[in-house]
Amino acid sequence: MSIDLSQFIPSFLEESFEGLELMESSLLNLEAGDNETIHSIFRAAHSIKGGAGTFGFNKVTEFTHLVETLLDEMRDGRRDIVQSDVEILLDSVDCMRLLIESARDEEDCQDEKITQTSALLAKTLGNDSQSDKSIVDNEATDADIAENGQDKKHWQIQFIPEHQLVQTGNDPLLLFNALADFGQVEVQANIDNLPPLTDMNAEELYLHWQLSLISDCSEDEIKEIFEWVEDECELIISLKTNENTQTNNTPKNQRSSAENLADDNLNSSVGSAPENNQNNDLTENKKAVQSSALDKKVISTEKSPAKKSEVGSIRVGVDKVDSLINLVGELVITQSMLSELGNDFDLTKVERLTAGLEQLLQNTKELQESVMRIRMLPISFAFNRFPRLIHDLSKKTGKSIELIIKGEQTELDKTVMEQIGDPLVHLVRNAADHGIETADVRLKNGKPETGTITLDAYHQGGNIVIEINDDGGGINRQAVLEKAIEKGIVEPNATLTDSQVFDLLFEPGFSTAKEVSDISGRGVGMDVVKRNIQSLGGRIQVESEQGKGSTFRVHLPLTLAILDGQLVRVGSEVYIIPLIAIVESLQIQSKFINRVSGDLVLYRLREDNVPVLPIYQLFNLPADNKEVNNALLVVVEADGQKVGLMVDDLLAQQQVVIKSLKDNYQQVDGISGATILGDGSVSMILDIPGMINIALEMAQKNQKMLEQETV
Amino acid sequence: MDIQALASQIPEQGEQSLEGIDFITSGDQYLTFILGQEQYCVDILCVEEIRSWENPTKIPNAPLHVKGVINMRGIIVPIIDLRQKFKIGELIYCDTTVVIVLTVETDAKKRTIGFVVDAVSDVLNAEQNEVKSAPAFGGCIPQNYIDGLLNVGDKVVTLLNVNALQVIELHKLS
Repeated sequence: MSIDLSQFIPSFLEESFEGLELMESSLLNLEAGDNETIHSIFRAAHSIKGGAGTFGFNKVTEFTHLVETLLDEMRDGRRDIVQSDVEILLDSVDCMRLLIESARDEEDCQDEKITQTSALLAKTLGNDSQSDKSIVDNEATDADIAENGQDKKHWQIQFIPEHQLVQTGNDPLLLFNALADFGQVEVQANIDNLPPLTDMNAEELYLHWQLSLISDCSEDEIKEIFEWVEDECELIISLKTNENTQTNNTPKNQRSSAENLADDNLNSSVGSAPENNQNNDLTENKKAVQSSALDKKVISTEKSPAKKSEVGSIRVGVDKVDSLINLVGELVITQSMLSELGNDFDLTKVERLTAGLEQLLQNTKELQESVMRIRMLPISFAFNRFPRLIHDLSKKTGKSIELIIKGEQTELDKTVMEQIGDPLVHLVRNAADHGIETADVRLKNGKPETGTITLDAYHQGGNIVIEINDDGGGINRQAVLEKAIEKGIVEPNATLTDSQVFDLLFEPGFSTAKEVSDISGRGVGMDVVKRNIQSLGGRIQVESEQGKGSTFRVHLPLTLAILDGQLVRVGSEVYIIPLIAIVESLQIQSKFINRVSGDLVLYRLREDNVPVLPIYQLFNLPADNKEVNNALLVVVEADGQKVGLMVDDLLAQQQVVIKSLKDNYQQVDGISGATILGDGSVSMILDIPGMINIALEMAQKNQKMLEQETV
Repeated sequence: MDIQALASQIPEQGEQSLEGIDFITSGDQYLTFILGQEQYCVDILCVEEIRSWENPTKIPNAPLHVKGVINMRGIIVPIIDLRQKFKIGELIYCDTTVVIVLTVETDAKKRTIGFVVDAVSDVLNAEQNEVKSAPAFGGCIPQNYIDGLLNVGDKVVTLLNVNALQVIELHKLS
């Protein structure tokens, strides 16, 4: 019986990529240097190596082995941590990623970078030995074998596994396949130990194998393949010097069961008819092995067309899963309560029944919300790649750049996150390449030598806003305009506002960089960036001041996003104010109220005068309390403007799932969306900037009416 | 047990169960409903469900006939009072007041809106050629909302255009 290991490959890949990310970020921090970091990098590399070995991703294993060796020396203090080594390791991480990706896609990775890096690694390690050679040569090995058979060694391997080998998830077939990557393998199965059918346990392995391998690999490399099973088998490796002693005369009851598989020759027949009872079982065994290999092929063909589509898995925080489990637990309790109630039901229990049903409703609702929360990921997933990017860019451009990341915990829908990654990379690259000036220019302009790029993410009025800010030279308005005129996008004597000029950057084929670098400047990007963002239903804004820097602001909708909200009541309606917008909530004291310019009410909040906006007035609602004195005031801030919203009552604070009003209705001024409360009713989420706009419009209208009256 | 004999029984049972159900009809089907004293109908394929009236959550500064939004199994559905929109009948909200939820898909976009009517009455079968064009003399319903008229016995039923119903007017600040 063989366990189909391919089912574990996705989780291996996911773990590996996570490990690589960890290695990368740790390596970037390593520059400061401490032992624990090296240990964690080493552990990540080690588990990637181990996993890759298990799944037969030999190139990954070999490459990682070199990395691990280097890390091991660092860990033991045999080697000092120097910048050049860290750079090599960072490159290695990239190579490992490439290798794992190509293993995933079942392609052959031919990237030169891998050959170079592995050579570099080997050189750093200072051993000119086989490992170096085998890695570099590895890609060619398979093809070369036929011609260069002479200088290959002829290994004889006797592999006698214990009966329970397959129960631990090891598959001899994978080992043989791994061997086949070294060179030509012949496999003969020995069925001497096969018990009669009646005594056979389907989950045990009774076969052992005699393998012959023609390859230039070393004994250690062969042993490494069997590393994971060495405790569970007897392994005899010997070197045959005489080429001609190959055993072609297979004994009658020995059948080359795995041979075909090793050569991936799946067409070979299942074998001649069974000759005796024992062979019957063997054939079965063999069939199983073969079919599993076939399965794998089928899977791989199925996978390849789907490769491009973004059907992935989500790694979910334990807290979210825990809350789901809690909710399911509650659901089960409610269910058992209800079914107990139903056992002998009479009218006296109606009250308990309604209470129980209410609870069930609540549970289901919460469960639904929690499931939706699973899709939300903190934006740090998208931001994580930027430290490395900046590190590389600053090395490449020779500029010294510091990256500041804020608002990493802002949650964003997974689909949005996946699609916003590339546009963000582009914007950050632009900031580093075009935005930040070289150190001497910066010093000349009286700025600190190190440039700063700030990434920030926050929720604003039902949108998520991602800001990419640099303190570089800013956008040269004149240059942009000239270029646009030169390209014929703008009429020569047109007058444009700053934002119109900056929007020109997103025209196709527009680049103001005087020199085209390999980082950016070909002008094939910004229009794509804009298109990508627009396809997500978002928009991008540019602000720039010559000599001070530029800010790119990406607004993205969060159709599924969750926000922390403060529930407030106005009349009979319940509204939700995003918690992030709230400065404070207070009860109005009449002595702090000032009336200015007619009927505008200002509230003195310490040093600030905060205009009071009664929600009932803005939304045209009946309210309990229309008097400003003693009313409750929620002070909110948007776009740097503080206003006080007058409400009737403050209710609970809770997380709410934002649902779009636009789907079935339309965008409503002052409302960023709706949500469904625990009791199933709908509640509107207030859009603070939108409400300020309404107030402004109303004020303007009133003034006009007054003017007309006076005329 | 003779499997052949068993198998031969199955189609007969199937035929029996088909009897009495009149789902093979000719032409289109329409759901008729009542506004005030008049009968109206819409294409039945657009009807998502029929609900009883529940108090919706108000939308700030919305036109008067937009009553608000309700939660329909996790979807936010706006509720429009057809009586108020077309100025027919009285605005009474009681237990028999119903909401017809209509869904229309246009350009890969799906829009679901609930309409308040006085009562739902019947399902109507009609061929395409039975739909007569409406006279151009305007009642209180704008012409673009009307697809035609259907004669049912002595009565006349107005066929409403669901696409036109789904168009939402922009808000104006009061």
